[in-house]
Amino acid sequence: MSLWINTKRVARYGFIGFIRNGFVSLSAVLIMSITLFVVAGLMISGAALDSTLKQLKDKVDVSVYFTTKATDSQIADVRKALENLPEVASVAYVSREEALAQFRERHKNDQLTLQALDELSDNPLGASLEVRAKETSQYEAIAKFLEVQQGEGGAAGTAIDKVNFYQNKTAIDRLTSIIETSSRLGSVITLVLGLASLLISFNTIRLAIYTSRNEIGVMNIVGASRWYVRGPFMVTGVLYGVLSGLIVLILLYPITFWLGPASERFFGTFNVFSYYTDAFPRLFITVIGSGIALGALSSFLAVRRYLEK
Amino acid sequence: MIYYDKVTKVYDGGQHAVEDITLGIDSGEFVSIVGHSGAGKTTLLKMLFAEVQPTEGAIYFGSRDMSSLSNGELLRIRRNMGTIFQDFRLLPTKTVYENIAFALEVAGRTDEEIKTDVPHVLELVGLFDKMWNFPGHLSGGEQQRVAIARAIVNQPDVLIADEPTGNLDPINTHDVVEILKKINDLGTTVIIATHNKSVVDSVQRRVVTMDQGRIVRDDKSGKYVL
Repeated sequence: MSLWINTKRVARYGFIGFIRNGFVSLSAVLIMSITLFVVAGLMISGAALDSTLKQLKDKVDVSVYFTTKATDSQIADVRKALENLPEVASVAYVSREEALAQFRERHKNDQLTLQALDELSDNPLGASLEVRAKETSQYEAIAKFLEVQQGEGGAAGTAIDKVNFYQNKTAIDRLTSIIETSSRLGSVITLVLGLASLLISFNTIRLAIYTSRNEIGVMNIVGASRWYVRGPFMVTGVLYGVLSGLIVLILLYPITFWLGPASERFFGTFNVFSYYTDAFPRLFITVIGSGIALGALSSFLAVRRYLEK
Repeated sequence: MIYYDKVTKVYDGGQHAVEDITLGIDSGEFVSIVGHSGAGKTTLLKMLFAEVQPTEGAIYFGSRDMSSLSNGELLRIRRNMGTIFQDFRLLPTKTVYENIAFALEVAGRTDEEIKTDVPHVLELVGLFDKMWNFPGHLSGGEQQRVAIARAIVNQPDVLIADEPTGNLDPINTHDVVEILKKINDLGTTVIIATHNKSVVDSVQRRVVTMDQGRIVRDDKSGKYVL
């Protein structure tokens, strides 16, 4: 008999089983919806955490201040040396004039300071380089490198007035540890919640199939192959997954819409509704895919228990 | 056709269900296996379709040793055996039609054959008008007739019935026995385990009597004697 006819029969029985065991299907779908809601929630909160950590990381940098006498070629040498370091992500140059303009802007309400600045014949501010590392933990290595440059007393080194890393060290260290702890905690929470909801769903499907154990026994005796017995239950499991996934995705629309403005205020720039709309294809694949995998695998394992060895 | 060769079955708890049984059954025979509850009748039948494996000895179906079959071979042989139980063992979420169609589907029959054979066999057991009912909506006698229809629809070589009238009233019991006799007249070997005296006496064929796991009588044309 053709594989196509068998597949068609298995799919039909799976669908019929889903409909006829309405109450069992309803409870399985509800429980699985909670699981998939946790999956989607973990995905969204993970993205929110990532975005917040990224924002914090972007705020950290090390500035190299040059003396007012530093020449362009000295600054260029230091910049080149920094850019060659593997830890460095980017180096931005702030000229003396830009530094002065920024200073004036920052102190625009402080007339006394501005008057004092005007008294001076020359721009007292030196040029600077704003260095960003790939990881916050790498700032110390960059600062050490600059210190060595300064200590060696080469042409470029003497042009460096100061490096502000040590002023910011405590803040940077603290931030590094917060970022590392948050990421680790996030992974642990994801793992624990994911596993717990997975087990709850698995158990629900197992109970649903437990009610059919005698039926499985009869199928064995009538001479049905393992796949012919297992197939319809797996199709039903997949239907649980797809339906639960769709319920979760539909419910997420009003929920994220409602939480959107609040999330933006809380996280800074992260808006859950924007994330829902932007990352919808990924969210769809993850939620529906998890549902299908969970439904099929749980059914496969649950039926195996009642199949003859 | 069927041969039990010095078969013993000891369950996990140490209970000896069947002890050193040697029994041959020819093609086309109608054999009643009788005995008190716990005599080993059900175990003897379950070993035939390999739901239970013997502890010692071997059971042959044709030339095949049932305990040495692969899963695929066992399924093929089971499709060639019809089984009926006291508790009917129908699929509760499938209609009468689907219950019988299921046996045909697993045997690899086409949709066209199923559409012809299922109504035909239901007519044979007198349940044509209950085709779309669920088993839960039928009486005990009707459910047993559905089970018989499922067991015979693949035209098996052997029909195994374990206490098929155990849950039925005398009228339904009579109907079921008549159907089994008719099936046997058409050439199918029938093996029935029962402790119903009227069933055995009305059949008047071979009677194998069991007691405490052993065969104590084997009458070619016997009556129920304990």
